[in-house]
Amino acid sequence: MAATQAVEEMRSRVVLGEFGVRNVHTTDFPGNYSGYDDAWDQERFEKNFRVDVVHMDENSLEFDMVGIDASIANAFRRILLAEVPTMAVEKVLVYNNTSIVQDEILAHRLGLIPIHADPRLFEYRNQGDEEGTEIDTLQFRLQVRCTRNPHAAKDSSDPNELYMNHKVYTRHMTWIPLGNQADLFPEGTIRPVHDDILIAQLRPGQEIDLLMHCVKGIGKDHAKFSPVATASYRLLPDITLLEPVEGEAAEELSRCFSPGVVEVQEVQGKKVARVANPRLDTFSREIFRNEKLKKAVRLARVRDHYIYGVSLCCSGWSAVARSRLTATSTSWLQVILLPQPPE
Amino acid sequence: MEEDQELERKISGLKTSMAEGERKTALEMVQAAGTDRHCVTFVLHEEDHTLGNSLRYMIMKNPEVEFCGYTTTHPSESKINLRIQTRGALPAVEPFQRGLNELMNVCQHVLDKFEASIKNYKEQKASRNESTF
Repeated sequence: MAATQAVEEMRSRVVLGEFGVRNVHTTDFPGNYSGYDDAWDQERFEKNFRVDVVHMDENSLEFDMVGIDASIANAFRRILLAEVPTMAVEKVLVYNNTSIVQDEILAHRLGLIPIHADPRLFEYRNQGDEEGTEIDTLQFRLQVRCTRNPHAAKDSSDPNELYMNHKVYTRHMTWIPLGNQADLFPEGTIRPVHDDILIAQLRPGQEIDLLMHCVKGIGKDHAKFSPVATASYRLLPDITLLEPVEGEAAEELSRCFSPGVVEVQEVQGKKVARVANPRLDTFSREIFRNEKLKKAVRLARVRDHYIYGVSLCCSGWSAVARSRLTATSTSWLQVILLPQPPE
Repeated sequence: MEEDQELERKISGLKTSMAEGERKTALEMVQAAGTDRHCVTFVLHEEDHTLGNSLRYMIMKNPEVEFCGYTTTHPSESKINLRIQTRGALPAVEPFQRGLNELMNVCQHVLDKFEASIKNYKEQKASRNESTF
């Protein structure tokens, strides 16, 4: 019946109209709709909920979460950005810096370098603890001196030829194990994630000699600790044709959407439009600029189907998968999402 | 005015375990005197929308709750006020605790499903790589 269809749409779809968006907020709370039992039911939630990983590689992860509400989906997103710990350079002890990059700028850049180390194996540093122990600190040394290349051609102007060690990369960082770290971490496992990040440039006579201490921290404290380059989600698009679209109009319709969303098929000699894969659409709303066709389509989003896209700063280690929902004190809510890192 | 004067502030027992010796309140309950315990404002320290919105949703799903809302007091302060009013005489702490537990269960379930899905994806990828040979 039309009434229940409208109610269903109100409950389950966010509708994109020409000039506004309708049904944005969650309304399925107990008492709002007669005839619906909206009280929380863990079993019903578990039955409807599913997670599908669409794509996973070293640098990004795309997965769907279906059957969950916006507030919880958003909480996961916020946690990925701000509350998943990583290791990052916090203190830089500068012994010698005669480069053109100021100490503090250099220290800032070093702090932003992603470090390949599993933060679960480390503790947070205690407040007020200046020295740091092997359980909460990683130490790196960076020592580079630029010299003139004696074998360069006389009239060369290429810095790569004229100078030696004039570009300081992350591969020049060496790990100095503290305490028993050498036993715990095999050679080559504690390093910057990328070895080709340019830290500074030097000219002959300039030197950088410093010691770095990495600690465990979270994104809330400083963005350098955030494990993800970005974590975002979008709702699954839901495109319905309200009336059949045929012939030239079908071709026009398919051009109004992203490629692959609407396809035109030949049925009994006529071209007919069909919604093939709404997931691909980016909702440019081009359809609303077409006077004839805008009445033929309903643009909506499925309210409880979240497509997450997460890009990592750390390749080779799925930090994204670690999400911790914490409440204020210890015993309240501690749920840790811990899938295995990719091989 | 009168209400302000009569406001009782109770500091509840949950403390965060920070540096030794230092105890910080994690939760406070504020309740106007004269009302029984069915409408209470909880002040949660060191929290923001991450917990606030999700907890509010879980508490609203409880049919005994007449009103539930939260607000961040000021962007410079990291605390939230969460107010719960229940129908009848149910003490407001009860839906609060129930909401927390239910949220824990939800998260645990999401975790399990996510891990299973990742494992599944990796197995499928491995078997697809094998089948190409």
